Amino acid sequence: MDEKRVALLKSLESKSADLLVQIQKEDNMKKKQKLIAEQQHVQRQVVKVRSNQKISKDTKKDLVAYSFIAPNFIGFAVFTLVPIVFAFILAFMNWDGSNEITLVGFDNFKKLFTDTFFIAALKNTIIYVIGTVPLTMVASLALAIVLNQKVIARGFFRTVSFFPYVASLVAITAVWSMIFHPSKGPVNYLLLTLFKVPQDQLPKWFSGTLVLFTLILFSVWKYMGYYMVIYLAGLQGISAELYEAAGLDGANTWQKFKYITWPQLRTTTFFVVVMLTINCFKVYDIAVMLAGGGDGKLSTSATVLVYYIYQNAFNYWDLGYSSAIAMVLFVLVLVVTMIQFKYEKNLD
Amino acid sequence: MSNEAVLRKYRSKSKSAAVSKTIVYIILIVITLMMIVPFLWMLSASIKSNREVFLMDPFVFIPEVPKWDNYVKIWTKIPLLKFVENTVILTIVVTVLQLITSSFAAYSFAKLKFKHRNTLFLAYIATIAMPWQVYMVPQFIMMRSMGLNDKLLAMICLQAFSAFGVFLMKQFYEGIPDDLCEAARIDGMSEYKIYASIMLPLSKPALSTLTIFTFVNTWNDYLGPLIYLRSEEKKTIQLGLKMFIGQYTAEYGLIMAGSVLSLIPVIIVFLCLQKYFVEGVASTGLKG
Repeated sequence: MDEKRVALLKSLESKSADLLVQIQKEDNMKKKQKLIAEQQHVQRQVVKVRSNQKISKDTKKDLVAYSFIAPNFIGFAVFTLVPIVFAFILAFMNWDGSNEITLVGFDNFKKLFTDTFFIAALKNTIIYVIGTVPLTMVASLALAIVLNQKVIARGFFRTVSFFPYVASLVAITAVWSMIFHPSKGPVNYLLLTLFKVPQDQLPKWFSGTLVLFTLILFSVWKYMGYYMVIYLAGLQGISAELYEAAGLDGANTWQKFKYITWPQLRTTTFFVVVMLTINCFKVYDIAVMLAGGGDGKLSTSATVLVYYIYQNAFNYWDLGYSSAIAMVLFVLVLVVTMIQFKYEKNLD
Repeated sequence: MSNEAVLRKYRSKSKSAAVSKTIVYIILIVITLMMIVPFLWMLSASIKSNREVFLMDPFVFIPEVPKWDNYVKIWTKIPLLKFVENTVILTIVVTVLQLITSSFAAYSFAKLKFKHRNTLFLAYIATIAMPWQVYMVPQFIMMRSMGLNDKLLAMICLQAFSAFGVFLMKQFYEGIPDDLCEAARIDGMSEYKIYASIMLPLSKPALSTLTIFTFVNTWNDYLGPLIYLRSEEKKTIQLGLKMFIGQYTAEYGLIMAGSVLSLIPVIIVFLCLQKYFVEGVASTGLKG
């Protein structure tokens, strides 16, 4: 195939050269123009053969690459990209899922400002994020540092601290609601007997203002093992020589942490904080299972954004309004992530 | 410095080392207790009667007459077998699809040069920070119009093609030297052969990490099945367990027995793959 093409190229090139000579010799203008046209045609053929060779090789390479991507990308495009575009459009529409769609512009967003339940959901979500992100980060970093030391049964400790993360939410929230049961649970029993808290002042962990605190406490407990692993990976990337040199200079444990560990872990911390923030904004099932009671309904004291998205979509079938709330969630995540990226860049 | 002074310094140093070791162990034990007590409570409560569960004075870990039949009864109170079956099918199909398609696509992004590579990868990256909850509603409407409502297939389509999997695998493959592929290409190996016989065997840590994540997420997912799987014979174990808790709020022993059963598969998968896990997280650049 290739040899054939080379031969073709050669013959075309010699033909073109011949024609050029003929053009120079020819005196008759009409004949000359005809020859020029023919020469141009041959020249185009030369270009075609030359580039065709290259394109077909590249195309073949591209096709192989695409064949690797296609199985995942087609699924991803259909089931993720299309709905995302749809979500942006839906926020400016009014639709119940079966009747006609109507364009309502910014009406859905205007409605948000006067919706007290939405404002409660927004407030609770933000408080939850502000409480959970730093606490989880500090706890997982501390645990990672401890587990990076040479301690007995290190593997066991690591495995155990990962249990809450892999355990199903339904199962462990069931345990938590028993352990923190306001009247019968062992936590309040200890408060009553050991710490002599009066019966009527025992905390009601799952209602009122305390519920957000319980949600935060639970989330730190559940997620610290996961972020601990990420920090552990980060810690193992720090060269031991740095600590040795600091040790020779007489640095104590705190100084070593402050001047070596913390700065060296900066990109890890950045990653942890970004992931934590995104994940915390998505909170839904923890709230429903810990504070939702038997029917899974959340009151204003425990409601979160995703709960309200769900309610508006699948209970009230107000898809436009639900998408508008979803957009608020998206913008929040986007803005916070962008601020974090900017901050990280400024440090460099 | 006299000998004695050196000795004294050494002693105080080893003393402070011993103190910090003790602190480390105290922290470790306290945290471990906090982590593990809820699970022990779960185990203990699962073989107790409803009256015994909250009995504090005296608290016994194993009751005198363990109610093992909690573990038998839970199968008859709810169609647990059906729930388990649905969840197993769903989790295995999603995990296998995720591993194959992600590693396949990731190989292309990491090791091949082609047109629109960056644009395509940007499409993946852009959605990583996009919470699923933002587009779950339009996604449901779309699936419904495709006739996938109340079908396990909907959940498979939803979870099998994540941007996260592609991203994780790509990060790992980029750590493998290009020379390895180049040498194989010179030997005349096709790209498919290079992927299957060189890259795949090398990517055990990354594949294990992705397996843990996908398995755990699919097995424990609640909101997805809640939206899509409406009829009882389609429900997953999480939905079934939650339904049971909602109906029998006071059946503490049974709730705990069901919870223990729902934990066993994930714990097994995690224990089998965990030795690759830290390595996997480190090498896939998940640490940032």
